[in-house]
Amino acid sequence: MNALSFIPLLLALILSPLLFGVINRTKALFAGRRGQPLLQTYYDLWKLLRKGAVYSRTTTWIFRAGPMVGLAAAWVAATLVPLGNFPALIAFPADFLLFAGLLGLMRFFTVVAALDTGSSFEGMGASREVFFSALTEPALFVVLATLARQTGQLSLSTMFEPVSGADWLHGGPVLALVIIALMIVLLAENARIPVDDPNTHLELTMIHEVMVLDHSGPDFAFILYAAALKLWMLGALVLSMVLPSSGGNPWLSLALVSGGMFGLAVVIGVIESVMARLRLLVVPQLLIGAGAVATVALILTLR
Amino acid sequence: MTDLILVLVVLTNLKLLGSSRLGASIRVVAAQGVMLGLLPVLAHVHELSLHFAALAVGTVALKGVVFPWLLFRALREAEVTREVEPYVAYITSILIGLAALAASFWLGGRLPVSTVEPSSLLVPSALFSILAGLFLIVARKRAVNQVLGFLVLENGIYTFGVGIVAETPFLVELGVLLDAFVAVFVMGIAVYHINREFDHIEVDRLDRLKG
Repeated sequence: MNALSFIPLLLALILSPLLFGVINRTKALFAGRRGQPLLQTYYDLWKLLRKGAVYSRTTTWIFRAGPMVGLAAAWVAATLVPLGNFPALIAFPADFLLFAGLLGLMRFFTVVAALDTGSSFEGMGASREVFFSALTEPALFVVLATLARQTGQLSLSTMFEPVSGADWLHGGPVLALVIIALMIVLLAENARIPVDDPNTHLELTMIHEVMVLDHSGPDFAFILYAAALKLWMLGALVLSMVLPSSGGNPWLSLALVSGGMFGLAVVIGVIESVMARLRLLVVPQLLIGAGAVATVALILTLR
Repeated sequence: MTDLILVLVVLTNLKLLGSSRLGASIRVVAAQGVMLGLLPVLAHVHELSLHFAALAVGTVALKGVVFPWLLFRALREAEVTREVEPYVAYITSILIGLAALAASFWLGGRLPVSTVEPSSLLVPSALFSILAGLFLIVARKRAVNQVLGFLVLENGIYTFGVGIVAETPFLVELGVLLDAFVAVFVMGIAVYHINREFDHIEVDRLDRLKG
């Protein structure tokens, strides 16, 4: 462990809220608006942290624990994620299981806290969230299994090592399939547009937003920040597949990863601008499709 | 490059298994036909001859232009746009397709195909196209979808043939293409007539006909 291994964690902790700003700016550009400031998420977090939280009398400690456990899980997961050329702070064989488990824990507590309010709307959101994640998680695991098989490594840092031109020539189709599947998982897990619209506030259609309606003040800040971290982490995985190796130059890698990350945010913004949200009934087909694409990649590596 | 095309063929097959819109399905099959038409040229790029070029042009023209045109006409006349109640649901179909894909790769690895292949993916993806086509024919009710299943099946056999194209006489390839053309033509007319007689093109109801 050296000083360089702290870079992915530090970048994630500091820069992740900026991703939402970039996405929103891109969407505003497409819509011909000026859009909110790039740092809006930071302002929101600061505003929320200074406020008090309101708790309904029907809720229990589970409701209060939800956001905290979620943020803690996101922090721990962030230590496991490599970023481009930088290996993760902590890496050990099969740490991808812990990573997926922590994301699961985060989701579990968000869902349980939503159910704890007793609101029927939040129950609906929780049900959808669990249903969709039951379809994205197999896709994520098949992607990870494919990479483990392809690289012969069992740790996220070594599985997601930068790819070179030779890798593309050798296993180009597999890499492309994995990137596509991972991108759909990213959009679904972060409640982005083809699956869920982060801007909508109509309870009947939204998934993630509806589960956190009753959280306020610092609790909501925690949820917002944890969501930004989750977007950053899954984005870092996608990015590590795409970015070329920088040949060991730390400054070049730093420029590559930060540029790449915001490039990815722009891509997400473009996807959100040109696509409509899918109907709820069609979403499972998209997610199964992601799983199918990942399975094709796995079968290709297994032969 | 051939690997890329074969992977795309596999993906288009999966897309067909999960798609309910007939128009989109026809376009997917057309794209698949065009890709497969280019396959022999790309696979034998070093020994390019008139034989391959003629085959590629014929395949692309027939599968990429004529078949879609015939099918879209049938679709327009029958006034249907989507398969409503298939025998096997779409998500189940995709899962069955994945199982079929795994089986084809397993089988493809064991088949003693000794000819020089341009790609190790060739035999498995050919087998998968054949299985997917058969599945489409069995699991869908609309006649158009069954024609598409037949085309995918034919594409699979064609893919299989690309590996041994250098040894196959030109006439045999042309004969296969002609067969497929006649089949699609006849089925296009059949779809039109079924539709005119019964106001729908669901084939499963034909078993209730009494003479």
